Amino acid sequence: MLDMTPKEVMENRHITINPCKTCEPVGAMFCALGVESCMPHSHGSQGCCSYHRTVLSRHFKEPAMASSSSFTEGASVFGGRSNLNTAAKNIFDIYNPDIIAVHTTCLSETIGDDVGSYISDMEIPDGKTVLYASTPSYEGSHIQGFSNMMIGFMKYMTKKNGEKAGKTAIFPGWVNPGDDRELKRMAELMGVDYIYFPDHEGILETPMTGKYKYFPKGIGTSAKDIQELGSVKKLIALGQLTSVEPAEYLEKQHKVPFTLLPMPIGVSLTDKYLMALRDMSYQEIPQILENERGRLVDLMLDSHSYTYNKKAAIYGDPDIVYGFTSLCIEMGMIPKYVITGTPKASFVKQIKALFEENGMNSGKAVIKADTDLFYLHQLIKNEGVDILIGSSYGKQIAKAENIPMVRMGFPVLDRYGNTIQATVGYTGGIRYVEKITNVFMDRQDADSRDEDFDVVM
Amino acid sequence: MKEKDNLLEKYSSRVFKNRKTHITQLGDDANTIAANTRAIPGILTARGCCYAGCKGVVVGPIKDAVTITHGPIGCAFYSWGTRRNKAKPSYEGEQNFMPYSFCTDMRPTDIVFGGEKKLEQGIDEIMEMFHPKCIFICSTCPIGLIGDDVQAVARRVEKKYGITAVGFSCEGYKGVSQSAGHHIANNGLMRQIIGSGDTKPTGKYSVNILGEYNIGGDGWEQERILKKIGYEVVSVFTGDGSHATIKNAHLADLNLVMCHRSINYVAQMMKTKYGIDWLKVNFIGIGATCKSLRMLAEYFDDPALTKRTEEVIAEELEAVSGDIEYYKSMLKGKTAGIFVGGSRSHHYQALLRDFGVETVIAGYEFAHRDDYEGRDVIPSIKPDADSKNIEEITVSPDEELFRERYTAEQVEQLKEKGVELDTYDGMFPDMKKGYIAVDDYNVFETDELIKTMKPDIFFSGIKDKYAIQKAGVVSRQMHSYDYSGPYAGFNGAVMFGHDVAMSIYTNAWALITPPWKRVPFIEGTVGGEE
Repeated sequence: MLDMTPKEVMENRHITINPCKTCEPVGAMFCALGVESCMPHSHGSQGCCSYHRTVLSRHFKEPAMASSSSFTEGASVFGGRSNLNTAAKNIFDIYNPDIIAVHTTCLSETIGDDVGSYISDMEIPDGKTVLYASTPSYEGSHIQGFSNMMIGFMKYMTKKNGEKAGKTAIFPGWVNPGDDRELKRMAELMGVDYIYFPDHEGILETPMTGKYKYFPKGIGTSAKDIQELGSVKKLIALGQLTSVEPAEYLEKQHKVPFTLLPMPIGVSLTDKYLMALRDMSYQEIPQILENERGRLVDLMLDSHSYTYNKKAAIYGDPDIVYGFTSLCIEMGMIPKYVITGTPKASFVKQIKALFEENGMNSGKAVIKADTDLFYLHQLIKNEGVDILIGSSYGKQIAKAENIPMVRMGFPVLDRYGNTIQATVGYTGGIRYVEKITNVFMDRQDADSRDEDFDVVM
Repeated sequence: MKEKDNLLEKYSSRVFKNRKTHITQLGDDANTIAANTRAIPGILTARGCCYAGCKGVVVGPIKDAVTITHGPIGCAFYSWGTRRNKAKPSYEGEQNFMPYSFCTDMRPTDIVFGGEKKLEQGIDEIMEMFHPKCIFICSTCPIGLIGDDVQAVARRVEKKYGITAVGFSCEGYKGVSQSAGHHIANNGLMRQIIGSGDTKPTGKYSVNILGEYNIGGDGWEQERILKKIGYEVVSVFTGDGSHATIKNAHLADLNLVMCHRSINYVAQMMKTKYGIDWLKVNFIGIGATCKSLRMLAEYFDDPALTKRTEEVIAEELEAVSGDIEYYKSMLKGKTAGIFVGGSRSHHYQALLRDFGVETVIAGYEFAHRDDYEGRDVIPSIKPDADSKNIEEITVSPDEELFRERYTAEQVEQLKEKGVELDTYDGMFPDMKKGYIAVDDYNVFETDELIKTMKPDIFFSGIKDKYAIQKAGVVSRQMHSYDYSGPYAGFNGAVMFGHDVAMSIYTNAWALITPPWKRVPFIEGTVGGEE
């Protein structure tokens, strides 16, 4: 596996090899799938839409409905206005969502299609909404596309309202449906009256009933909730890079103050989320959550001897990598390589600060944004690690170098049941401490001589 | 023909007018269908793009070449390790780039100022690190728009490094589907790879397998059978194929064509340039595999070869017949639907028939009319604006290497004997009256047809799979084989029977309805308590 990867590292390559990110539009599509009765629409060639639906279906093991403007060479020369108009008509006629959320592609961006004016000129049926976000694939990464689409929804739908009602908005960032359920459960236990956006609970994890509906009611963030985002008293934005721009938008346009927090993974980051919720409801932390926390800390202490000083390579999207770096530190591990493909310099600063907060020397780790898995592999060839933590594509490196691996983030293409369970919160922490500890224990068993092989560990 | 009418009546007049020509419920007369035209925006077509057809399907699987996606990152990411075109080094030390994805990862400045320089710098780095003998450059949407000349870059690379480099202008918006990308890829292979080698086959009878992408190891099962009979397989286009072997493809005796849609251009051009006949084979299905092997033997017309062919068929049948009968007993009488790309919807009907399963719905994403109706219709297909944009290259007989085994007359005689030489009759002849064929199917049509035709199992792609399954119908992926395979040849047929039976009979199907939906509350009082 990956037999031709040379050990010698070539810095500052022009060619990206084995990427650790993908393009903006898929993030926009994923975001829009978290809105009630909303059809994500890809304004570009058919292939984009097909690829994005495919990777989402492979990650969630669920249908991912989305449509395309089906650009041909003609549309690429003359613009995609008529394609978009036709598409909107057909989508409302045949599939009948309430909202069409258009995102652009590198094609429509390169030709400079003015989607905003196309939409404002469009005949839209009563009660329906067409909106858009600009998501040029040659900028940022899928994370940026997710943010841009959130802003797109707010630009078109969120109402200006001077009066602040008592609700709290929660932006979860890029998480799985199992995380949405957990984050909302915690907010409910804290007595917080919230608007949650976007919300994939029940959408990318539809229960098996023998019936399939394109746009079932009552799941996903409702149009009403998006409209009312401007009148919330405060926003809790999770995911420091995914949610920051949507949070800043809401603050600037609607004067909603926000607290920006890391994705709540492990003990202390989940504590931060709970404390922020407490500030909203002025309610004591209920025993049920304190017990969950206690069980997680107990588990870390019980298992620490298998995780202590184990070196980890953590790679993937910036916010979840940050969360897992924190979790690994809590488990006594050493994050050796902390890598994202997303081109955000602030990622490096954030991770370095996290090291320092925990009294660790970030100089001993390689922390890098805007890089790829080929680079990570080369680093590992030069100095190995005990575990890989990240998306499914790392499994090539895991096999090549015979390193155990735990999957998290996006995309996880080779596991079932992953996305319906939480990664965030104390419960997600328990799940991942168990997973990580198990791979170390399995490795110890596999490597041990018969006389050292312990039944009790 | 009520199922077709019921389906279409739900469309607006505009969509109706278009889609009615793409849906055919087979009747007694000559059946026709519209194909290879633009998908309707917003209809949720399953189609992909030109890049997907070029890089993803034809070029990408060539294992010893570095295939660079020139464009922003997404296309390289989605086409990385996602098609299950298996490959392994053919000899110790052969380069296999299948686990790698190479991309120029263009940024805003590259879009504004052009990406050729970054591409060339990237190629320099690739040459330094890997020393490949062949590089393919596949363009994504922005490339043509900003005017990067990938062919010129390829020429410069060839000159600088003395390797083969091919630029493919397969921008996503070209043509109307993946099909345009197949054609562009075929052109590139024909121009620069095929005919550039001089290693002659050593076997008495040698073949290329065209349009076999080794999904789930299909190609390896085909090679196993062919080699067992005694054929030499010179090259495979392109699953587990290599630049090193494809460059010698023109020296083989015969081309076997599996996926007609994606590779027929190469087959035709090799016939014109080198005189090599092509035989439309189908190694999907026990009956189809036997038929293909017998046609092949008939073509070479050698009693020893015919005898050996029959021996191998007998041996193979002996080995699998028990399993086949077992799965047939579980599957006989079921009905199926198949929506795949451009060939499998036809091929798999034969395999399903081996198990007593009739395919009542069959559709293609990106086929042309000849894939449905047979190549005889080709002269009557009028090129439209989209197909005119895809280059047709003309080749002429090679002065040195052109060599026809048979005269045109002899070819006709072979055809009369049932050897499907230089022709393909399409899918329709194998479908029965009342069955439905759909071109460029979409989500709505898939769901509606499943409701009216009620197939027991549906074979489609990942985008459709889960919606179909959630509606309560057994659903298996026919692009990736649901991560199983091989399904080709004799052993593959057994695997397929196993997988289909497994999915139909898996226990969880019985658990969908919870007991409280079936058992009412017991009302009233229990005797003796009062």
